[in-house]
Amino acid sequence: MAIPKVVGIETEYGVIARGIDLNPVTASSVLINAYAGRLDGRIGWDFEDERPGADARGFALDDAMAPEVETHLVNTVLRNGARYYVDHAHPEYSSPECRTIREAVVHDRAGEEILRASMAAARAALPDGAEIVVYKNNSDGKGNSYGCHENYLLARELPFGTLAAQVTPHLVTRQVFCGAGKVGRESSDEAGEDPAGRGTYQISQRADFFEEEIGLETTLKRPIVNTRDEPHADPSRYRRLHVIVGDANMSEVATYLKLGTTALVLAMIEDGDYPADLVLAHPVSAIRVVSQDPSLRAGVLLSDGRTIGALGVQRRLWEAARLHVARRGHAALGESDTTETLERWGAVLDGLESDPERVAHAVDWVAKRRIIEGYAERHGLGPRDARRRAIDLQYHDLRPATSLAARAGLEPIAKPADVEAAITEPPSTTRAYFRGRCLAKWPRDVVAANWDSIVFDVGTEPLRRVPMMEPLKGTAADVAALLDEARTPMDLVTALGSQVRTSSFRPTN
Amino acid sequence: MVRRVSERARVTRTKRGREERADDLDAGRTEEVEGGEQGERLKAELDDLLDEIDDVLETNAEDFVKSYVQKGGE
Repeated sequence: MAIPKVVGIETEYGVIARGIDLNPVTASSVLINAYAGRLDGRIGWDFEDERPGADARGFALDDAMAPEVETHLVNTVLRNGARYYVDHAHPEYSSPECRTIREAVVHDRAGEEILRASMAAARAALPDGAEIVVYKNNSDGKGNSYGCHENYLLARELPFGTLAAQVTPHLVTRQVFCGAGKVGRESSDEAGEDPAGRGTYQISQRADFFEEEIGLETTLKRPIVNTRDEPHADPSRYRRLHVIVGDANMSEVATYLKLGTTALVLAMIEDGDYPADLVLAHPVSAIRVVSQDPSLRAGVLLSDGRTIGALGVQRRLWEAARLHVARRGHAALGESDTTETLERWGAVLDGLESDPERVAHAVDWVAKRRIIEGYAERHGLGPRDARRRAIDLQYHDLRPATSLAARAGLEPIAKPADVEAAITEPPSTTRAYFRGRCLAKWPRDVVAANWDSIVFDVGTEPLRRVPMMEPLKGTAADVAALLDEARTPMDLVTALGSQVRTSSFRPTN
Repeated sequence: MVRRVSERARVTRTKRGREERADDLDAGRTEEVEGGEQGERLKAELDDLLDEIDDVLETNAEDFVKSYVQKGGE
């Protein structure tokens, strides 16, 4: 039985310093400090339970090989339940856990606003003429990529092999509506050379960087299905599918579709309703074939020997999802998001099948291509003119004065008032509510927090740790009254009684 | 969907004294498929954006593209 789909998005932003010489780590730190410094108190991140080396296939990497956890960099938790920190050499915003797709879109947008506020705060703190600028994209066009990852809560009993085989066709082909578009090619077999590809346009920012079907890596030899087994929740009951293959979207409709369609496909897989004959023979080559074919006519090979186009795969998935919903109901996404996802999904496929220009208000790669082609036509640009690539980059510029996406006629779906509220308010229907409310109420007494626990200094030794292993507990319905009544963290831990543990957390920054 | 440079955009561009390529414009204007209300709206918006883009686009595209270098992430 499909379980409710708790979802979230983590975005690593591209970052450059202008008018001042700062390395990207420092630039990212300045940006986040400038924002977080204005907040009431600073909350550290608690790494006690992080296990990025655990693999969903049932083994753990040696410590020596495990992905690095950087504890020395800026790392903070916000009152809306999000995590905002420096990851490698990028500012990263991880949205709080959301129970609805709409809410997740609102919180992704709130993340953009937080980055905008950070740029403004950094500009005020830096010398005249200096600024730090962020880009919501996934590649520098020179072979360096950074991610926009999605997370979905799944039932533990779903066998990982089944999940991987059945989610792959969607992850390979959904780019037709959630690809962000890119000028040029960067796959390692083409790097260094000319690129024949330099003047070409492809659907996805990320497809060039995927070299494996399945694996634990995220920075080298990236896999289409990531096996990191770190549920940030009760591991006996849950998995978290960590999707690393997607592009960051400027279009809110594209973000909605990316999350909604993937959550529905996952619910279908959990319920055993996935069409068993829809499995790809060669996913890694298929993801590039699809990306490099904006005509949407190229075929990909299925494991039974048939060939089918990306739109054909998506149409089959859409039909299967409708049947699944008719048979099983709306429990996984709720009625409103299920209905809206199926409608928007069908409509975007209709548009792409007839003429992609019809979905320029919703699909980033189409919207971006219109601008590039329109500008190229007006100014007679050759296929390798640097202005094509400049427009590509500037589409993702988050500064209101210079962003091209903001001028592209994209259909907004998040209400501005909801986005404004989500900058400081957590979602009310997940444990993010408990995290966010505690941080807002006791900013100086929460010494650390992470996805599945909060550590309080209650004034006497030892520190107290409140575990939050159930993503759908700690909601407003569960704890609003409790939080309203508690005057101090001691009141809270007393009321929570035996759920509270002690903690050995020691702040490092 | 109609793919051509609009009269309005062409006038604006000429008024601003930018380089003109009449041949391209004429070639573009004959391309025609179909359009809808939404298509027309989007086109008008695109024309507005193309009018605006020279003021907004990075002044030295070559340098900007060259200097946009990131470290890999994730």
